[in-house]
Amino acid sequence: MFRFRDRELGARIFERLKSLELDIRIMHVCGTHQDTLMRFGLAPLFRDAGIEIRQGPGCPVCVTTPRELEEAILLAESGKTIAVFGDMMRVPGVSRSLEAAKAAGSDVRVVYGIDDAIALANRGKELVFMAVGFETTAPTTASAILSRPPPGFSILCCHRTIPLALKALLDMGEMQIDGFINPGHVSAITGTAVYDFISRDYGMPQVVAGFEPLDLVMGVYMLARQIRNGEAKVENEYTRVVKPEGNRRALGIMDAVFEPCHVAWRGFPVLPGTGLGLKADFEEFDARKKYEEILSGLDTHIGEPEGCCCGEVLRGLMEPDVCSLFGSECTPEHPVGPCMVSSEGGCCIAFRYGR
Amino acid sequence: MCLAVPGKVIEVAGVTAKVDFGGASREVNVSLVEVAAGDYVAVHAGFAIEKINRDEALESIRLWKELIDKDVQVQGQGTRSQDI
Repeated sequence: MFRFRDRELGARIFERLKSLELDIRIMHVCGTHQDTLMRFGLAPLFRDAGIEIRQGPGCPVCVTTPRELEEAILLAESGKTIAVFGDMMRVPGVSRSLEAAKAAGSDVRVVYGIDDAIALANRGKELVFMAVGFETTAPTTASAILSRPPPGFSILCCHRTIPLALKALLDMGEMQIDGFINPGHVSAITGTAVYDFISRDYGMPQVVAGFEPLDLVMGVYMLARQIRNGEAKVENEYTRVVKPEGNRRALGIMDAVFEPCHVAWRGFPVLPGTGLGLKADFEEFDARKKYEEILSGLDTHIGEPEGCCCGEVLRGLMEPDVCSLFGSECTPEHPVGPCMVSSEGGCCIAFRYGR
Repeated sequence: MCLAVPGKVIEVAGVTAKVDFGGASREVNVSLVEVAAGDYVAVHAGFAIEKINRDEALESIRLWKELIDKDVQVQGQGTRSQDI
């Protein structure tokens, strides 16, 4: 249907990039961008052109905190049915994963989306949907909540939002970033104006990009152009899907159901305003309120797995294969941290395509 | 997670649409978008999250080619070496 894998145009753009004699480091925040970068062998081509690309905290399963995972496991072991996206199943918890809890007899279901979870709840189950995901996924949860699911249904809300997380990352100042490639499908919902303050306040060039190889190559070219010309603005490479104003209907539905809250991300401290909590009108669907008594049994401090560098990988400080556990103690078959589990995790992608 | 698969809407009934993904069709929730039969949509976690604008897709490739041509020309002329 479309021509976003045109080799000839791609080669011409790489030629242009090389002629610019760049030495820059840029960051994207989307597992699907990382997949495109590695699957199509683009990373070494960018490196040859003086462009280093790091994946930031752009994998929803990976940034879900150990505590949130323990909440889901505890609810499963307390007899609730837990519905999760497939990537969540094998993320190691403190002593076991959801998959292990299922093997031990708990009722844990993999679903493709929230509608499948509601269909299960309609069969009379006391069911908790682990609502993980950024702005791409949050409106699907909001839409389902507005459709008034059955009383047995609730959500363990783990949704997070991107723009203020980018700001937090820059405020932490742990490394030099010359520009951001912003996530296309998050931006399909949010629009492009939500990133303006980052260009304005931090002088940061940004390009919203799609996920075909040519999208990423062109997105990086647009970013390189800005960096080279000393500009800092938000450009949109993915115009066939992303509108400046975003998806207004989806934003309206999200606003009706959620309000911003403060939330920790794996590898990060609490990042103000980057979480989404259910508004009071919908608290009957909030698993944390509904099962407050059960969840009060959780330890107050739940740490990261020992030796795991997912936090550094998610902050863009470390390439996955530099971790001492990578490929030895930590593999997709026997993962230590979430980045080796999720198909969008930097470690899993590096293991799959990089060796 | 933020993967979205393109598909073509075959028919719409309320908040549900039948969407064709290159030969295989599946029911998709369209409560987040306004679509009609024939539209292309990006589908994520069972929901269409946005329409795909086919004209814009073709136009963007044309514009990129133009931009690259222009940049090559400018650099070739050696003018405004600061600007690309």
